[in-house]
Amino acid sequence: MATLIVLLVLVLFLAAIFTGGYNRQFLERMRNSRTWDWLTTVDHKKIGILYLMGGLLFFLIGGLEAIFMRLQLFAPGNDLFVGRTFNELLTMHGTTMIFLAAMPLIFAIMNAVVPLQIGARDVAFPFLNALGFWLFFFGGVLLNLSWIFGGAPDAGWTSYTGLALNQYSPGPGVDFYVLGLQIAGIGTLIGGLNFIVTIINMRAPGMTFLRLPLFTWTAFVTSGLVLFAFPAFTVALLLLMFDRLFGSNFFDHAMGGSTVIWEHLFWIFGHPEVYIVILPAFGIMSDVISTFSKKRLFGYNSMVFATVLIGFLGFMVWVHHMFTVGLGAISNSVFAVATMAIAVPTGIKVFNWLFTMWGGEIQFKTPMLWAVGFIPTFVIGGMTGVMLALPPADYQYQDSYFVVAHFHYVLVGGTVFGLFAGIYYWWPKMFGKMLNESLGKWHFWTFLIGFHLTFFPQHFLGLFGMPRRVFTYQTNVGLERLNEISTIGVAGMLIGTIFFLVNIIYTLRKGPKAEADAWGLGRTLEWSIPSPPPEYNFAQTPLVRGFDALWVEKEAGNKTMTPAEPLGSIHMPSPSYIPIMMSLGFFIAGFGFIVRGIPAAVFGLIIVFAALFLRSFDYDRGYHVEPEDPEKGGKE
Amino acid sequence: MERLRIWRIGLLISLVTLFLAGCSGDPSLSVLDPKGSAGEIQLNLIYWSLILMTVVFVIVITIFVYVLVRYRKRKGKDIMPEQVHGSTKLEIIWTVIPIAALIALAIPTVQYTFELAETPPAEDTVIIDVTGHQYWWEFKYPQYGITTAQEAHIPVGKKVLFRIHGEDVLHSFWVPSLGGKMDVVPGRVNTMTLDAKQPGMYQGKCAELCGSGHALMDFKVFADKQGDFDKWTASMKQPVASVSATSSEANGEKIFKQNCIGCHAGVSQIKAPNLNKFATRSTIAGILPHNEQNLKIWLKNPQAVKPGTLMPKIDYLNKDELNDLIKYLDSRK
Repeated sequence: MATLIVLLVLVLFLAAIFTGGYNRQFLERMRNSRTWDWLTTVDHKKIGILYLMGGLLFFLIGGLEAIFMRLQLFAPGNDLFVGRTFNELLTMHGTTMIFLAAMPLIFAIMNAVVPLQIGARDVAFPFLNALGFWLFFFGGVLLNLSWIFGGAPDAGWTSYTGLALNQYSPGPGVDFYVLGLQIAGIGTLIGGLNFIVTIINMRAPGMTFLRLPLFTWTAFVTSGLVLFAFPAFTVALLLLMFDRLFGSNFFDHAMGGSTVIWEHLFWIFGHPEVYIVILPAFGIMSDVISTFSKKRLFGYNSMVFATVLIGFLGFMVWVHHMFTVGLGAISNSVFAVATMAIAVPTGIKVFNWLFTMWGGEIQFKTPMLWAVGFIPTFVIGGMTGVMLALPPADYQYQDSYFVVAHFHYVLVGGTVFGLFAGIYYWWPKMFGKMLNESLGKWHFWTFLIGFHLTFFPQHFLGLFGMPRRVFTYQTNVGLERLNEISTIGVAGMLIGTIFFLVNIIYTLRKGPKAEADAWGLGRTLEWSIPSPPPEYNFAQTPLVRGFDALWVEKEAGNKTMTPAEPLGSIHMPSPSYIPIMMSLGFFIAGFGFIVRGIPAAVFGLIIVFAALFLRSFDYDRGYHVEPEDPEKGGKE
Repeated sequence: MERLRIWRIGLLISLVTLFLAGCSGDPSLSVLDPKGSAGEIQLNLIYWSLILMTVVFVIVITIFVYVLVRYRKRKGKDIMPEQVHGSTKLEIIWTVIPIAALIALAIPTVQYTFELAETPPAEDTVIIDVTGHQYWWEFKYPQYGITTAQEAHIPVGKKVLFRIHGEDVLHSFWVPSLGGKMDVVPGRVNTMTLDAKQPGMYQGKCAELCGSGHALMDFKVFADKQGDFDKWTASMKQPVASVSATSSEANGEKIFKQNCIGCHAGVSQIKAPNLNKFATRSTIAGILPHNEQNLKIWLKNPQAVKPGTLMPKIDYLNKDELNDLIKYLDSRK
């Protein structure tokens, strides 16, 4: 606690020094600074960029943890990271990648793209949008602080109880998991709610549900999944928090609790979570493949139907993570058949992508490369997914490296490839600069080869009897060579990621400016406005006359969208410091609970309530801007 | 140029196949080389699903490669593709065919799931009560009154019912060569029926993260011919021969009673493996090969061998005392 206060004072001093000392202009200077602008922004485009940067930061941290683990497993008997340290690495790698990399990167693209695709000027609740981001960010920081303050969580990203209870995981590690994810989870839940309302209420005239671009559709379904899945996790975390902090016994079998309850709650959340991160990737694929094939998406209606069906079935299959818990043959069979059923809508999607390209004119720009690389990779992940759905076979695969291979094929080969496709595709829209194509291609090829080299051999490691989450393995049972290959493959993904970072830095400085229709093939509304879009996105709300709204206008010979309203002043929401203040309050409260410093926890909660109070009596009604007339060639 | 590339890919694939054929895992630890009926059933299903899935994969990849080659943008040409909406006929095809394939997969799946869950008739079955502890395995034979640890013996050709108990955290009981796994859930008793068709040693693993020593929570299952199994049970039931009062073993026994017996004979809260027939075990702590040198390494610093183990350091004995203790332990047959 004392350290924290010293740090806070230091920060204040630094702020004072860099702003020219505390004087009357201090507040003015602060308010006009760019930092303050970013900290208080409620603009969905800026929040999208914040999510992107936050997500990439945690992606690098999670990647580093993966590299450490693969180095340890390079040879049997290594002693680089053993025992508890290795368990901390595997826990933090999984937790970071799912909650702090995949989720925010998805929210980054949703923020940057969804309002533009539906012809809206912002999301429905800009304030909540900012709050969602800052809660995620502070939750993530809190979780990662565990490395410095007493050890990271070490019970796996699934944090199965038994092991996650005080008796078996002493120290604050798992508390960081519980409170860090609880705080980040509130942010995610808020974000999901916001996008549901946005997509229902903020569509431009003519943008009916069956004209929504597929990425928006998947964002919609994903938000719905967030809304129904996260509460289960919130409850699970709350119960675990009570067990660990206040001595309750929900999960302690010796006191009449049950670890199986945790497993159910976790996977009732955890399985839909898998679809939360994969569905937006499907959406990105659909948009990218259609754009770079110069063709309308094949079977749009069935794509929408498949998305909704996958989202729905996603809630019906969680027990397939628990086939070996001993729930009995009936329960295992029912959930096995339900799981297999998901293969049908997923298959529909894959064939629709293939037939979107069929008869098109395919241009292999970087986003398209990622989309094309996605298809075989994801199909392999889907194949092993069906294989894992069969309980008798799963008794062998469960908790072996086969499972590790499978979920990396869907989460990296699916979600990460999808995210890279989306980032390359919409980067010009977000930043107004084109990313470099040849660096992008280097990124793709090194990452793709490295990925398959790392994870393909892991299928065999599992079948040869290597359980997952082990820090070492025996010699002379046929595991050495495959583990070596797997570790070497990581280098490919590392080099690819470095190409990506170099590309970002290089392009932000020197990249060519992007046109409104950056790829020249734009089909949806976001390509009808400048890159990056002005603060208010659309000077005039567009009138949507069909699916692929911009393409419809292009086919009709129009260069721009037909406006649905006269040019007039636009109402914008004011920036607010309350989201970051409230999140900071949660952060302090969480930290207080973790170190069992109840005064600090109370102090944090006071900040939260103060922020709530301020917000309730905030009479700021926003401001108006006069858009520049696009007819007169307005400059941004 | 195109042909050259295809050749190269072909060469690469055949090399990879050859390489993988070369290493098919160890026969004592491989899912792909089952030695019991459960493992065989499971491998059948694995192969059946793999065949179906490979057919799907080949179809997808054929269309995929064709589309990418045939419809890529060619230099100097700028065509406007026809904006097709979809095709009901095609969509019905790729909905119905996968459903049919999945039914072909679901039928044996459900059948096998129920088959594997069956409990065999008690009179014809060897029952073993397994308990998973952090980080060792306890085996009790209620029909024979035997308690042992780390190494289980089973008769070849007989059904063995494992009743799986847990006391601390989740573990998972897995003998890949004999059949798939079953979780150790504290507060529940799970059952799993396995059998071995050939005599031999089969390795077992803990498959559920259970703490720092998870990676080293190994055990062994020895499948013996019925005669050998009967001999083994008889010898296990015989009390350990008492040591002569003046020997160094006697001194070792004294040290054992002063230092070890609390945990190792189940008096204390902490449970440790029963060391009654320690000399017959092939490993120390389930991982180190059983010899004097390794026993010393283990006793002096168990944490260095198996992180997280509850076994304390026995580094305070002098050289003679340590040797006596080891002699005593290795006399317990």
